[in-house]
Amino acid sequence: MSLDIVQMVLVTVLAAATPLILAAIGELVVERAGVLNLGVEGMMVFGAAAGFAVATETGSTGLGALGGAGAGLLLAALFGVLTVGLAANQVASGLALTILGLGLSGLVGAGYVGMKRDPAPHLHLPGFTDLPGIGRLLFGQDAFVYAALLLVAGVWWFLWRTRAGLTLRAIGDDHTATHALGLKVRKVRFLAVLFGGACAGLAGAYLSLAYTPFWAPAMTAGRGWIALALVVFASWQPLRVAAGALLFGGATVLQLHAQAAGLGLPGQLLSAAPYLATILALVLLSLGRRRGGSLAPAALGRVFAPSR
Amino acid sequence: MRLDLLPRARRSPWLDLLAPALAFLAAVLIGGIAVAALGVPPEQAFLTYFVAPLSEVWSLQEVALKAAPLALIATGLAFCYRANLWNIGAEGQYVAGGLAGGWVAVAAHGFQGPTFWILPAMLLAGTCAGIAYAMIPALLRVRLGVSEILTSLMLVYVAQLLLDYMVRGPLRDPQGYNFPQSVGFEDAARLPLLMEGESLHAGVLIGLLGIVLAALVLARTLFGFEVRAVGASPRAARFAGFSDARLTLSVFAISGGAAGLAGICEVAGRIGQLQPEISPGYGFTAIIVAFLGRLSPPGILLAALVIALTTIGGEGAQIDLKLPLDLTRAFQGLLLCLVLGADVLTRYHVRIVPGGASTRVTP
Repeated sequence: MSLDIVQMVLVTVLAAATPLILAAIGELVVERAGVLNLGVEGMMVFGAAAGFAVATETGSTGLGALGGAGAGLLLAALFGVLTVGLAANQVASGLALTILGLGLSGLVGAGYVGMKRDPAPHLHLPGFTDLPGIGRLLFGQDAFVYAALLLVAGVWWFLWRTRAGLTLRAIGDDHTATHALGLKVRKVRFLAVLFGGACAGLAGAYLSLAYTPFWAPAMTAGRGWIALALVVFASWQPLRVAAGALLFGGATVLQLHAQAAGLGLPGQLLSAAPYLATILALVLLSLGRRRGGSLAPAALGRVFAPSR
Repeated sequence: MRLDLLPRARRSPWLDLLAPALAFLAAVLIGGIAVAALGVPPEQAFLTYFVAPLSEVWSLQEVALKAAPLALIATGLAFCYRANLWNIGAEGQYVAGGLAGGWVAVAAHGFQGPTFWILPAMLLAGTCAGIAYAMIPALLRVRLGVSEILTSLMLVYVAQLLLDYMVRGPLRDPQGYNFPQSVGFEDAARLPLLMEGESLHAGVLIGLLGIVLAALVLARTLFGFEVRAVGASPRAARFAGFSDARLTLSVFAISGGAAGLAGICEVAGRIGQLQPEISPGYGFTAIIVAFLGRLSPPGILLAALVIALTTIGGEGAQIDLKLPLDLTRAFQGLLLCLVLGADVLTRYHVRIVPGGASTRVTP
């Protein structure tokens, strides 16, 4: 019996962690290529609105997920043109992207406020899903959760086991030298930015199609920023992104349960917990590292303009 | 096809002006297409957004009232951004300032005796709270190397929740029928109106004063030179003996103080009490204003007027043309994207090369 309660809690933790995993694993690839895209929140919220709109119009959650990813991709393409193509400041462009994404999400989502959908279907394998204790956790999630975990494994494999992954990391560490070697710095960076955008859009679509199956303005509530912090927290390592996201998912779920249980603490303090936890995590990380040099890709955030 | 960017030997002042103007034109053009797609004649929308707010006294005052906090916050942010430091939590510092200053007003409510000190104390408390709140990300960066981008932003959510808690709890008006708001401030705790019966209040003058002061500091003092030097060449500045830590703390103090002052001016001016929402996103919009104004105080003033104009126009368009308010935000975001993109013209010769031959690196 108590095992089932543990399972229930773990299932909700995994659900809360999934959007963070999706957005953060995409941003990790972008940052490994040397680009800092602060527009994750904007791409995510636009993905949430577009995903919900597409799913409602077509009646298909799968197409909705694609729509969300496409919306993130679209904004990311704009970011790529600005920062990779036109050598614009990455921090400022990312902020612009967030503001633009919030505005666009309001425009796209305006007609869908208050509508509800059935949440994305969960896997059901007769026999397996009914296993006590672990059945629902392992065999009863929705497709987004499995996609997120597969993406983490895929990105890990790509970055550390393929030549293209090595190229991408090298470009993130020194764009001048890799350019001199004849590697296509701008092309790789642009593709990485697109990948990150699609992941952020998918993360948004998860929120509006599976996590809370409705669209509400600004429903991402800073998750995009937490995903950015998560990449730093994970020291730019894919597997640590998943671990960190589960930690934050746990904090979110704990906060919700504490609020429901009525601990006598003000609700606002509990709502602030994930943001305070993010700051605390960043502080602890840097305390642990003790100024031993930054683990960030060396070219992160630096403008690259090849000349003849 | 390939795009080559060749660094310009020196910046042309004409291009510095032309690039944002071109970006603005492009944004208006794209906005016009979007408006047409929503079924509204673009020329009518143009009149509502950019001309109508300028045609009446009350809406002109609204533009000034909106532009003042934007320009004040953006001027403060310009110090940070010029020094390549990224305080993006001005919204939180604004809320902290409004909350602390408003707290003074609530505490002094019903005070028997001389009341001349209340308003100055509020302004001081608001500014100091903004500075103190900005010190958190600044100190974390200086002492521990924690990214100021993420911490300053996380603190925005914390400040908003703190304000929400205060107006629903300790600072709630006991006679307020359980509405989440403080008592209405007494006259001694309100910024005076500049003209009887109008909406323009003294906060606009305070904002202008702050901007002029900041412009002088940036242009005429050693500290201002330091900020500009670090932004232009961090390595050279370090060789010149400028301290990173001191500079970081200073520019964060300036931007936090400006945001806090803007917050308390809005609370003591237009709003007149504390409530859960005391900012329509001024802290974030100010980021657009700072870049649109090319991080220079005169440019920022102009940019703040343009953004305030589109915001007031957007409210008018919502009422008159049934255009969604989010269109304005999308337009502002797009405008910022285009301004940043157009910047390429001022820094590089752009050459489009047909075909895709590889390039060689110049050292």
